This record gives sequence, C-alpha cells and structure tokens, in this order.
Amino acid sequence: MRLLRALITAAVLLALWQGVVSLTGVPRYILPGPLAVADALQRQAPLLVRHGATTLTEILLGLLLGVALGGASALTLASFRTARRWLMPLLVVSQAIPVFALAPLLVLWLGYGMASKVAMATLVIFFPVTTALFDGLRRTEPGWLDLARTMGASRRSVLWHIRLPAALPAFGSGLRVAAAVAPIGAVIGEWVGSSSGLGYLMLHANARMQIDLLFAALVVLGVFAVALYAAVDALIRRALPWQPDTHPAEEKD
Amino acid sequence: MNAPLRPNTLAPDPLSITVTGARLTYGGTELFANLALTIEAGITTCLLGPSGVGKTTLLRMVAGLAEPEPPTAIDTSDGAPLHGRVAYMAQQDLLLPWLTVLDNVLLGARLRHERRSPALVARARALLDQVGLAGREADRPATLSGGQRQRVAIARTLMEDKPLVLMDEPFSALDALTRLRLQDAAAEALAGRTVLMITHDPLEALRLGHRIHVMTGRPATIGPALEPPGLPPRAVDDPALLALQAELLRRLAG
Repeated sequence: MRLLRALITAAVLLALWQGVVSLTGVPRYILPGPLAVADALQRQAPLLVRHGATTLTEILLGLLLGVALGGASALTLASFRTARRWLMPLLVVSQAIPVFALAPLLVLWLGYGMASKVAMATLVIFFPVTTALFDGLRRTEPGWLDLARTMGASRRSVLWHIRLPAALPAFGSGLRVAAAVAPIGAVIGEWVGSSSGLGYLMLHANARMQIDLLFAALVVLGVFAVALYAAVDALIRRALPWQPDTHPAEEKD
Repeated sequence: MNAPLRPNTLAPDPLSITVTGARLTYGGTELFANLALTIEAGITTCLLGPSGVGKTTLLRMVAGLAEPEPPTAIDTSDGAPLHGRVAYMAQQDLLLPWLTVLDNVLLGARLRHERRSPALVARARALLDQVGLAGREADRPATLSGGQRQRVAIARTLMEDKPLVLMDEPFSALDALTRLRLQDAAAEALAGRTVLMITHDPLEALRLGHRIHVMTGRPATIGPALEPPGLPPRAVDDPALLALQAELLRRLAG
C-alpha cells in the first residue's frame, strides 16, 4: 500500500515533468524530459554502471570507515574523562568547519584516485555517527546505572552491558543520517578532482551539454541513496527488535 | 516452597542496620538532621512520609548511591560495611528492554561476569515461578503489563540474595488492584528478610510493614515505630488496619 502510493506519486510527478517539457518546448540541453532521461539511461548503461561502481565503492568504504572511526571515538569519549576534556572542544570546533571546503585539500594530499573520495565520505559520516552514539551513551536511564551500582558492576561492565545497548537506537539514527550524507561526500569529492565516478560523469556531461546523461547519472545516484538508506534502516530494525516502532501509524495499513 | 529458592549456602544471616546522625542539606536548607533509624533483622521496616521529605535520599545513602552527609553513620550488626550487600528495587521496574525476562532476572550475574551455571538459571526460573510468571522467561519486557514487569523486578531483587533489601516506593506506579496483588506477592517473597521499604501510602505500609515509622516535617523527624498486629500481608478489610490507617494519616498530617 505504501509502495503503491509512492509509485503513484512518482508517476504523477514524472507526468507533470514530461508535460512541462512538451508544452513549453524547453530545449533538451536545458531540461530533458523523463523519456529522454530514460533513453539516456538505456543507451549509456555500460558507462553508468562503470562510473556507478566507482562511486558505490567510495560510498561503502567511506560508510564503513566513518562508522568504525565514529563509533570508536564515541566509545573513547564516553569511557575516559580525560579524552572528553581534551577532545570534546576539538570535536565541536571541527564540526563547525564546513567539511566540503576540505575537498580540494584532500585531493591535493590523497590524489585524484579513490582515496580522497573515501576520505571525504568518511569525514562527512564521522561527525553524525560520533555525536549520535556519544549522546546515546551519555543519556542512559539513571535508574539503570543505580541498579548496576548496587549490583556491584564495574564501569566497564556497565558500559558494555547497559550503556552501549541502551545507546544503540541513538547510534541507529546516526547511521541513518550517515547513509543519507555518504553519497554527497563521495560526489563532492569527485567534483573537485577525479577521473571516474558519477560526480565526474555529471561534470563531464554538463560540459558537453549532455544534460540527459547528467540526469541519468543523477537517477543512478538517487537509487543508490534510497537503496542505502532502506538497507541501513532494515538492518537497524532487525538488530533492535526491542525498540518500539517509530512509525506505528504507517505500518498499520 | 522457599527451601530450594534459598539454599543454606547462599542464605544470608539476618542483618540489622542502624542509621544515626543522618543529615541532609539541599540548597542551604536543612531537610533533616540527627535522624536515627533502626532496620531490624529479618523483618520489613516501612518508612512512611510525604514526597519531598528526604526519605528517598535516606534510602539512597543506605544503598550507597548517595554520599552520606557527615555526621551520618550507617552501622551494621556484624560490623562489616554494607557495600555490595544490598538489593535495590525502585519505583520503575528498570528492566532492560533488550534482555528477555529471564536475562533480566539474571542481570546481576551478567554484570559481575559470573558464570551462568545451570543452578543459577534454575533458581531464576524458580523465582519467576514464585512471582507467577512461569512460562514468560523468553519474553521481552515490552510484552508484559506494568504489574508483570514489577513482578520481574521482584524476582530480580530476590535473585541478588543480599542481606538487605531496599525498596523505594516499588508499587506506586501501579493501579490500585495490581498494587494490592503485588503487595501479597512481595510479602510472601520477602518473608524472613531484612527489608527497608519507602512508601507514601499508609495502607501499603500497614499491609507490608512489621514496623512502620512516619517521617515528616521540615526539618524531618522520624517517629516511634508502630507495630501493627498480625503478619504481612495483612488483609485490606481488617478493621484494625483501617483504624491504624487513620492514626497514620494523623501522624503524617501532624
């Protein structure tokens, strides 16, 4: 039912788009219609697959690294007071720097290859994951901590058995954000300097007035983003069956 | 019935605790000073008082969760410190939603990295059976009602098998009927143990307490013990109980 509704909405939007293009007669190199984009998707499929594979690899590697590093830093911050004192201000200040502004620097340091894009995606993912997990670790129900103290639990045991599982839903929201921003990081990295990837393909197509190809690349990127988000969302729901569903009203029909 | 639940090797000797000179200041105001309270061995002592009188903080001091303000002294009948020898039960059930009912009962062992021996698991199952939750071991807390969740908390508290049981308004979040049923279950389960129970409900104190102290006023004082006749859980419709309830309400108001 939900899927059907989404499909109908998409179909109506596509029809509107095609209608605008047909009625106004906008030139193809300004706004191609959905049919033209579909045509480009089909014609350029091998090209899109090749560049898409590059971008997808960057996204997944960035996600993996960003989540691992973010999780590790959140655990470090939560476990050690000294780490909190010295690193928290650093974390806050670094979060204020627009990470995208670092993209040229990353390309300069790590080259035109995949490394600079993976680093970009990692940086973009790192902060939402770190802050989400750290916040979750700090907001443990105080009653649980009291109970654990009367039970003679060590600090480590409390972290492992109570604070970490209790923080997993917050960590999950961080992961969802990470899945949504990871493609942005990879594509921006590609824009700044690369020889492969969907971002590179888009710039290239734009320069050569192949706007239908640009849209086709955008469609592939959109599919990646949605699929990634859905996969992460499903994974989180599976991993946290005790977490009450956040959309009970939507699940009912 | 109780024998297999409390094997002799584990059964703690009844312990009595004396609190003297208890003092609590909050924001420059003295909530109480020079308070004394005796928690007698093997019976339930109820501390009855209105909200904000400082009774929960007094319990937290005994539990080792709040730093006792000097010159507060907490002495035990065997002279050893109380640390690690209390079982604590709060108003919220404090069940961990990601653990099953059985794992929640075994939480203490898990937190202390104790081996999950078959004997330990069997004891947890027996305790769940005692509080009327046999067959629900593998369920998650979210599938239980409020009363059932608090029953799991009782089983978890007894599982700790500590010489002193501290209960902070354990049934106040429940509806009236569920509360009465749980009081029955608790009285049966806690028989023979040293218990300090905090409550603001005179009827609850009268049903469950061997000795009842009223804590009231600012700075708060603790009145002499009231010892209702008969053994807990006392019947709700006992006329003597109702007369004593009036007396307790009078003391609370005064």
